[in-house]
Parts: sequence; C-alpha cells; structure tokens
Amino acid sequence: MNWNLFVTELVVGITQGSVYALIALGYSMVYGILKLLNFAHGDIFMVGAFIGFGLITVFGGAEALTINIALLLVLMFVSAMLGGGLLGVMIERFAYRRLRNAPRIAPLITALGVAFFLENSAQLVLGAQFQSYDSYAWNNGSLWSNGFTLPSGVHVAVAQIIVVVGALALMVFLTVFVRRTQTGKAMRATSFDREAASMMGIDVDRVIMVTFFIGSALAGAAGVFNCLVYQQLWPYMGFQAGLFAFTAAVVGGIGNLPGAVVGGLVIGLASSFATGYVSSVFQQAIVFVILIGVMLVRPSGLLGRAAVQKV
Amino acid sequence: MDGGREIPDIPGRPDEAEPGVRVGVDDWVATHEQRHEQLPGLLGRAQREIGRTPRPAFYAAFGIAAALLPVFTSNGYIIRVGFDTVLYMVLCLGLNVVVGYAGLLDLGYVAFFGFGAYVYAMLSSPHFGLHWDTLIVVPIAVVLTGILGFLVALPSRRLIGDYLAIVTLFFGQLFYTVFQNGSRISLLGIGHHSWDVTGGPNGIVDVDNWDLGGLKIASLQAYYYTALIVFMVSLFAIYLVDISRTGRAWKSLREDPLAAELMGIPVNRLKLVAFAVSAGIGGLAGTLFAGLNTAVFAADFYTPTLIIVYAMLILGGAGSLGGVIIGAFVVNVSLEALRTPGHATWIFFVVILATLIAKVRPWKWLFIVVGGTIGLGYLLTAIANEWFPRWTAGPPTISGWLGDWLDQWVLHPSNPTQIGNIAFILLVFAVLGLTLLHGWKLWLAMIPTLYLACFTWINRLVVEPSITRLILIGVILIVLMNARPQGLLGTARVEIA
Repeated sequence: MNWNLFVTELVVGITQGSVYALIALGYSMVYGILKLLNFAHGDIFMVGAFIGFGLITVFGGAEALTINIALLLVLMFVSAMLGGGLLGVMIERFAYRRLRNAPRIAPLITALGVAFFLENSAQLVLGAQFQSYDSYAWNNGSLWSNGFTLPSGVHVAVAQIIVVVGALALMVFLTVFVRRTQTGKAMRATSFDREAASMMGIDVDRVIMVTFFIGSALAGAAGVFNCLVYQQLWPYMGFQAGLFAFTAAVVGGIGNLPGAVVGGLVIGLASSFATGYVSSVFQQAIVFVILIGVMLVRPSGLLGRAAVQKV
Repeated sequence: MDGGREIPDIPGRPDEAEPGVRVGVDDWVATHEQRHEQLPGLLGRAQREIGRTPRPAFYAAFGIAAALLPVFTSNGYIIRVGFDTVLYMVLCLGLNVVVGYAGLLDLGYVAFFGFGAYVYAMLSSPHFGLHWDTLIVVPIAVVLTGILGFLVALPSRRLIGDYLAIVTLFFGQLFYTVFQNGSRISLLGIGHHSWDVTGGPNGIVDVDNWDLGGLKIASLQAYYYTALIVFMVSLFAIYLVDISRTGRAWKSLREDPLAAELMGIPVNRLKLVAFAVSAGIGGLAGTLFAGLNTAVFAADFYTPTLIIVYAMLILGGAGSLGGVIIGAFVVNVSLEALRTPGHATWIFFVVILATLIAKVRPWKWLFIVVGGTIGLGYLLTAIANEWFPRWTAGPPTISGWLGDWLDQWVLHPSNPTQIGNIAFILLVFAVLGLTLLHGWKLWLAMIPTLYLACFTWINRLVVEPSITRLILIGVILIVLMNARPQGLLGTARVEIA
C-alpha cells in the first residue's frame, strides 16, 4: 500500500471536508428553521469567493501584493462573511419571506430561481472565465512552502492549516452561539416549533434573519477557504459545492449541526479518495452513491434522530 | 306512501338557526366556487360559454391552428422555432405529470430528455454502426427512459419531497458528467481497454433521421408535423389520464399525501408511476430532438434547459394542460425574440408599458410615472451633452427609429460594459427597494428605477442575449412564485390550515 498517496489524500480530504462542513452547516441551519432547501446557498459560497478575489485584485494582485498576508486574509474573511451574510438576509427577505406558508413546492422553485439568477448575474458582471487566487504566488509562496512534514513524508502547508483551523474555529463559535446565547436558544425554539415560539414572544422574523445571516456568512467564509487551497473560482462553482454540501448535511442528519460537520468530513474524504484512487470523474458518482446509500439505510442521517411526523 | 310512519320532528340544533352557516363546512371554502368574478353583460356571457366548452375542444383548436403554421410561412427559421416550441410543449407535458399532478419536484427531468436522445442516437447512428428502425428505437427509448425514471424515484419514495428534489438534482448533474466523460469508460480500472460509449464532449453525430417504415422524415416541415402529432397524441393521452382515477389520485397526493394514504390510495406506487410516465415522455421528446438535430451533446441536457422547462410550466400554471401550451409558447417565443437586440428592445418596452398600464392606479400616477421617466431621460441626456460628453459618446446598440429615439433619450457611456455592470447591480437593489415602498413614494421611486432599467437594458443586457435570457428566466421563477404561484391558467389553491 502506498502510504504517501493515502496520507496525501487524507490531508486533502480533511481540508476539503472542512470547507464542505462549513457550507453544510448553513444548509442545515436554514433547513432546520424553515424546512427549506436553499439552493442559492452554494451561490453565496461563490459570491464569498469572488469577494475575496476582489480584495486580492484591489491590493495589487497575487504576484505583487502590497499588503501583509495575514492582514489580507483577515480582510478577506471579514468581508466575505459580511457580504455573504447580507446577501443571505436579502434573499430571505425578498424571495422567501412571503412564501413561508405557501405549499412546499413554491419556495423550492423560488430557491432554484434565485440560484439561477445569482449564477447568471455573476456571469454577466464578472465574466464566465475561470479566475484564480494564485495563492502559490503570494509573497513568493510562503503559504505553501512553510508548514510541517508528516512522518510519512507528506507536506502539510500553512494554507491547509489555516483552512482546517479556521473552519474549526467557526464551528466552535457556532456551537457556542447556538448553545449558550439567548438568540441561539430562540433559534432552537423556532426550529422546533415556529408557531409556538412566536406565541412565547420570540420575534420569529428576526430569528430567521439571524439564521440566514450566520449560515450565509459561513458559506462566504467557505468560499475564501476553498479558493485559498484550490485556487480556481468561476460563477458556476457554487452549484456542485452546494450539492456536495447538501449531501453532507443529509449524511450527518439534516438540521443537526454536529452531523453537518461529520457529513462534511465524510464527503470530503470520499471525494478526495475517489479522485486519488480512481479518477476525478468518479468523484460525483461516489458522492451520489453515498447519498442514495444513506437514504436507503438510514434516512435520518448518521447523527440524526428519526423524525416523528406530527399531524 | 299514505299512512306511512311519520318522521319525528327533530329539533334543530341551535346553530342551524343562524341563516347561511353550515355545520362542519368552512364557510369561506364552501363558497369559493361562487366567488369567481362574474363580469357583467356580453363579456360575462362569453366567460360562461368558455367555461362550458369542454377542454379537448381547445386542444383540438390549438392543434389545427398549429398545423396551419407551415401553410402561412415557408420561412425555415420560423418553422424551426415552431418545432422547438412544440418540442418544449412535449417536455412540459411530461414535467406537468410529475410536478403539476403528483406534486413531486423532479429536478433531474432534463436527464431523461437527454437519456432518450442518447438511446436514439446510439441505436441509429454510425457510432456503434447500428441503424435500427425508428418504429422500434422510439418505443425502446421511451420504455428505457421510463424504467430509468422509476429507478431514480425508487430510493426516495419513502422520503419527503425535499429529498426527492435533491436526489433528482444530483442525478441530473451526474448524468451530465457521465455522458460528458463517457468517451473513456473502462471497468473501474480493470484492464486497460476503454470503450467510447457516449462520444464524450464531441457527442454523437450523424444520427439518422426518423424513418417510419419507409416514410423518411427529413425536411423541417415534416419534423414540425411529426412533433405536432406526437404532442397532440400525448396531450390527449395525458388528458384521459388526468380525468381518470389515476389522475384524481395523483392530485389528491399533491394536495395532501397523508390524507391520500389514509383514503387507501397507494401513494408510493402512484409516485413511481408518475415518475416513470413523466420520464417516458421526456425520453420521447429526446428521440425527436436527436432525430431532427442529427447530433446529441451532453451540454444540451443541462441545468439551463431544466430551468427553462420549469419556467414554462410555472408560467402556464402547473397542473393545467392548457398552461403547458401557453407557457411553452410564451417563454420559447420571447426567448427566441431576445436574440435580436431590436426585437428584444421592442418586447422590453411593450412589457414594461403593459405592466405599468395594468398595475399603476389611479390613472393620474400612470401619466406622472411615464411622463416623469421620459422627462428624466431628456434631462439627463441634456446635462450629459452639456458637461459630461463621455456619457453620450458610446455607440447606439440597435437600429431603426426606436434606436434613433433611444439614442436621444438614453445615455450611452463610452465604456458601456463597466458602467452597465454597475448599473445592473444598482438596478437589482433599486427593484428590491421598490418592493418595500407603498403609495406615492412607490410611484415616485419608480421613475428613476424605470430609467435605470432602460439604461441597463440598452447598454448591457441587450448586448449579452444568451446570459440575459437566463437571468430573466430566474427572475420569472422568483416573481411568479411570489406574486402568482398558480401561473397564468392554474387555479388558486384554497389553503386550509
């Protein structure tokens, strides 16, 4: 067995998995509170990536950065999270709010329309070509040459560490927020029973807005993380990422936040091993098989509890 | 019956004393039939007559009208558009079964369309050296696609609609990837030989035309009629299913799956049947598509096509067969017209004016809004001519007298792409802002927004027709779902909490 390849794919899988986990968290939060598949979530990820790219361009481009890398990274994350969050809130306010009590199919089709609108508007404004963060060129590649080497001889670069640690930090923050703060409590209550929550004096509109903001901000950050390691970005990148992240959320148990993280890692590892051992073409097929498998064997997900349908 | 037993007088329940209230029936729901707007006089009479005419009469009338198209024009382009429209109608018809009747969101529908096309292409092209009879290939394609639809729905049959949506969306994506990369299929690394199954990105070319037992279908006209016949036959078939037990069961499933199950309706089986039927119709459309184009590429069966078919179905009204015809016609013809900047601009202004006339009340404000927008245009052009000549230096985008007038009225900056992009983003925010306003503030805010819309349209959107049409499709879906979810011809649902 080739240990080197195995460990490389493991590292890539964990990095990729952290990104999927971040997107899946937002998906899961929104689903938990509105029972809505927000197809536009993947496109918020794309917008976040482009916000980061815009900042790189503003500060001189990848080859000749005029700013400290650490500062640039912080700026990129803050603006991608803010931008993504605001976009999510806008989508909720203008596209979904009126449809809260409509038949189930109406908000889904709207979500599809929003996703399609965002992708094509991005293509109109930003162009259809692939762009690249080109983080190998930042400051003579210090993000990639530095790092540490595992015993098996696999190099783990700073960029990958930033992604994993950053994603972890966001997840911890989210968990604390949902578990400990009053707004988090209101979110859990709303997701449990919206009507009862509003009768208890919870401002449901505000809670849903906060949920969308946080979920979308995570997607925006994931966009920057993703391109920091995988470089390429283009207007349609959100579609597949959204599908994979949704699968991650289902695998872990939709509406369940730790489940989304576990699911993200599973999907990240599966797709990275599929790419390494078979071919990148099979990546999608493997993830699809996982999705079908989970649905057949354990529809409530790895960590989810079977939902009791109340009438 | 003389001398029969007298029915004892049951005292009325106290609430029966109140006139107009029926026990156990929600008043509002019970009277919703009577609340249909009755127009006065001749119009009302016409409305009643139309309501009384059986629906097949309308379908037949459509069929006759559509059959006359090649009589009036021999213009190849128009007949081609006609063929595409009818093909879209067939596609919508299939989607209508699964989305409109059974209420299941099938987001992998175009994959079935593509699968049918590929089956036809593989069995009647030099790709595998097979040239089977069309009369055999088409049924094979339809049945295989139906089975595929059945298989896709199988794992998600127990689950709620959302899972079905994601499984089918993923399936559609996977179909595209597999067929796009299907030129090097090896058995998962076993052996080194690889087979070219789908032609990969080069697709399958030189596909045979349809050949119905010696009757070669080669010309565009012939294809138009074939497509029309296929559509009319499927339409009547679906109509018969619609009014049958199965059709009613599907609709009960759509309205409330739980209640339907309690009534003894085999919910799971009906879901699978709906999927298989809809996939089969999609496959049928695929064979037509492959036959006329004599080439199939995976890129033809990707998300944009899916969203376009959805927009047609939603615009016409999901669950309505007449809506299928109207939705496919309106969407396809307008998308076609958007290809030429001149036509596109005409449509743009007509749609905007029509919307204003229909929605802006009282009339006084209609004149203020339209007049204000026109005035604003002249004012801005005059200011720009005087002080900022670069804002009118750009080239006009369309010709004709409308173009000449627009050149006087709309600013043409010298770098339209950049300014147009910014204007587009501003326009999105402005339109979103409008939805928050009411009364006179709304009308006043509409003036600059309208001008901004015209500016963006002329300088940016009209130049990129292929992206603009996709953006508009997205907008149609969002706006329709928020404003009129039942579409043009559908009936509003009565929601009972």
